[in-house]
Amino acid sequence: MVINQASLKRDGVQDYVSLRATALFMTAYTIFILGFFLTTPVVTFEIWSALFDNVAVKVFTFITLLCIWVHTRIGLWQVLTDYVKGPKLRTFLSFVLNLLGLAYVVTGLFILWGV
Amino acid sequence: MKTLNFSVYRYNSDVDDAPYMKDYQLEVEDGHDMMVLDALILLKEQDPTLVFRRSCREGVCGSDGLNMNGKNGLACITPVSSLGKGTIILRPLPGLPVVRDLVIDMTQFFTQYEKVKPFLINDDKQPPAREYLQSVEERDKLDGLYECILCACCSTSCPSFWWNPDKFVGPAGLLHAYRFLIDSRDTATDERLADLDDAFSVFRCHGIMNCVNVCPKGLNPTKAIGHIKSMLLQRSV
Repeated sequence: MVINQASLKRDGVQDYVSLRATALFMTAYTIFILGFFLTTPVVTFEIWSALFDNVAVKVFTFITLLCIWVHTRIGLWQVLTDYVKGPKLRTFLSFVLNLLGLAYVVTGLFILWGV
Repeated sequence: MKTLNFSVYRYNSDVDDAPYMKDYQLEVEDGHDMMVLDALILLKEQDPTLVFRRSCREGVCGSDGLNMNGKNGLACITPVSSLGKGTIILRPLPGLPVVRDLVIDMTQFFTQYEKVKPFLINDDKQPPAREYLQSVEERDKLDGLYECILCACCSTSCPSFWWNPDKFVGPAGLLHAYRFLIDSRDTATDERLADLDDAFSVFRCHGIMNCVNVCPKGLNPTKAIGHIKSMLLQRSV
C-alpha cells in the first residue's frame, strides 16, 4: 500500500480503500483526543506530557499523522485534477503541496519524540 | 389573467458575440397551470427564433432536459407552478457546449455512454432454444435501472462530470453499466469491470448525489455507482 500510495499513477480501488481506512484512523484519533479532554477536568502541561510520554499514544499519533498524509495526498490529487488542467502547473502544485504535507508529518514526528 | 415572467438563455453563434438572457412575458388565466414545455411553445409563438428540443412531451423521450431556476429537469413534466412565483429562469443543461439557445451538444455525454457497452453481451456457450429466460428475482434487480431515458439531467448536474467529462463516465452511463453488470443474461461482467477499473471512470463519483436530486424518473445513480465500487473492490481482493 505504501509503495502504491507513493507512486504517481493513481489506482481507483486503492485510493477508495485508502481514503476510508485512513478516515477510520483519523476518526478514532479524534474521538480519543476528545475523550481525553472530556475526561480530564484540568489539562496541565504535566498531564499533557504524560499522555504523549506513553509509547502507545506516540505510535497512535504517528499512525494518524501518516493517515492524514495519505488522505490529503489522495484528496489533493483529486482536487488538482479537477481544477488545474495544465499538466505542468498541476505537477508543480502537486509536488509543492505534497512536500508540505510530508513536512507536516516529519515535524509532527520530531515534536512527538521530543516529548 | 396573470403574467408569467421568463428569463431565457439565448445564444446563436452566427449572430451573437456572447450568450445573454432575454426576458419574456406570458399572459395566462388565473388558476391555470401548464408545463414549462407548454410555456416554451407559447413563447416560441411570440419569438420564432427561440430554439429548444422536444419530442414526446410526456417525460419519455428525454429530449427537453433544461436547467429551470437552477435545477435540471424535463420541461415537459415540470409544472410552471412548481417553480415559484418569481421570474422563471431557463438555461440549457450545464457543463456541455451550447449549440443554440437551449440546445446542447450531447456528444460527450453519449461518448461516455458508449464506453459502458450498453447492450447485452452473451458468450452464447449455452444458447437457449428460444429466448434468454430470467427468474422473477433476477428481473427484479433491473428495476430502478432500465428506466433511464438518457436525458442527461443527472450527468450535467454532476460536478465530477463537469470537471472531467472526458474521463468520468458520469451517473447516467454508470447506471446503465450497473444495469448490465447485474443482468443474469450478461456474461461479460469481468470485462465490463476491467474497463471501469481506473481512477476516473467510476471513482470520480464522490457521492455528491446531485444526480439523485434531479433525476426526473426518480432513479438513484449514486446507489448503482456504490454497487459498482463494491464489485470493483471485491474483484481486487
